Amino acid sequence: MGSIPRFWRENPSRYNLVGVKCDNCGRVFFPPRDICPVCHRESIGKMKRLELSGKGSVYSYTLVQDAHPQFEMLKPYILAMVEMDEGVKITSQIIDVKPEDVHIGMKVEAVMRKLGAEGNSGILHYGYKFRPVKE
Amino acid sequence: MRDVAIIGIGDTKFGELWDSSLRRIGIEAGIAAINDAGISGDEVDALYVGNMSAGRFIEQEHVAALIADYAGLTKNHIPATRVEASGASGALALREGYLSVASGEYDIVVIGGAEKMTDVGDEDITNIQAAAMDQEWESVFGATLPSLYAMMSRRYMHEYGATREQFTSVPVKNHANAAKNPKAQYRRAIKPETVLNATMVADPLGMFDCAPNSDGAAAVVLAPMEIAKKYTDTPVRIAGSGQASASLALHQRRDILTMDATVYAARKALKQAGRDVGDIQVAELNDNYTISEILALEDIGFVEKGKGAEFSSSGQTEIGGKIAVNTSGGLKARGNPIGATGIAQAVEIVRQLRGEAGERQVDGARIGLTHNVGGTGATAIVHILEVA
Ligand SMILES: [Zn+2]
Repeated sequence: MGSIPRFWRENPSRYNLVGVKCDNCGRVFFPPRDICPVCHRESIGKMKRLELSGKGSVYSYTLVQDAHPQFEMLKPYILAMVEMDEGVKITSQIIDVKPEDVHIGMKVEAVMRKLGAEGNSGILHYGYKFRPVKE
Repeated sequence: MRDVAIIGIGDTKFGELWDSSLRRIGIEAGIAAINDAGISGDEVDALYVGNMSAGRFIEQEHVAALIADYAGLTKNHIPATRVEASGASGALALREGYLSVASGEYDIVVIGGAEKMTDVGDEDITNIQAAAMDQEWESVFGATLPSLYAMMSRRYMHEYGATREQFTSVPVKNHANAAKNPKAQYRRAIKPETVLNATMVADPLGMFDCAPNSDGAAAVVLAPMEIAKKYTDTPVRIAGSGQASASLALHQRRDILTMDATVYAARKALKQAGRDVGDIQVAELNDNYTISEILALEDIGFVEKGKGAEFSSSGQTEIGGKIAVNTSGGLKARGNPIGATGIAQAVEIVRQLRGEAGERQVDGARIGLTHNVGGTGATAIVHILEVA
């Protein structure tokens, strides 16, 4: 899925959950954008780098049974939309938990994991997944 | 801008058409529409083709010129344009064709939609569908198109207390309608238990909550209203046309249970037509997944947010209900050859407004609506069609 340069280009955000905060309105965006979709011109030069805390809660989830060929080995796996404590939502997998134990509102934290391998080259991709936070 | 009418319609059967190529089904639908309009090939000023991904499904790009060529339209070297907006490619082709006639640039325009999906395997299809999503921030993390719709379904159940039993009313109705449509892929009624017990794709979505992979094509012929009556006694006027966009990634939206693109496109189309949503008698909605039809009912305004599942399960969207939805069988049961779908929706509404829908005819239908969506709602297109 996609070329190697395309994947590496996104590395800072995928490794460190780096987003941006609009200094004009205070909204947080992930992945980073150059212009605030709310403030437009007013936001130019005011989009500041922001490392997300990695903490959030499950907004919705599903158990994926029919996967892309590159995720065949993992299936079934839990995919979730996580609402980060900073207010933005992120889509990724949830690991280290049984599917029946996942619920909307469950507290999770980001961890670095292997996302997949690049076709025949076998180069590994890493990025964030989420795991439950012990409450 | 001039008033524009649909003066001819044509479509192929939808399904796994293993013995037919893309060019063959495209031409079959196009010729049927041209014959229905009673025009000669020489009168055609331009061709638009809605197609999502011929490059990946059959390794053939440049398909508008290809179809113009094999339909015998190259003699006059007419412009042939391919249009792409993922699942909304068909409706976008219709809208571009509509604008070209309304503007006065062309008089007679043929608009086709075609997709040949079943030459590749199911896993390849899953990957190609995913290209309509955000590859960098959804697919890379393991998201598939059905998995995103599954998360909408689960959140909807959580917020509004809807049940899977209520959701079954969508595919059950659409299969019942398709049983009365000779062009449909699945011409058999199903029971709610069939939906509930089906193999899971991404829970709570099972096999029967997902539109199938299909081959097929559909076409319409447009003309300015002032000359439409020269060709047909039953022109159907395009009274409103609305298109809108939203963020490509589902998680970037203001609310994952409202397709704002649908809200804006519907509002614009209804306003242009001078109609209220309550005036619509028959609608083809984008039921690529069960939840999609529920959200569309709400986002267009047939029912308030959160009440769609209840509305559907009480029979209000059946033929004879408050608003007849997906009389063709919809994407679920009529089939979903992606680029053809938006055109097939218009073909069905024209049949209804002409009174030619046979066993599935909605009595006295004079005003209809089509709604076509790309990806998880990053593009939505709504048309209002009326008896001229
Ligand atoms: Zn801002």
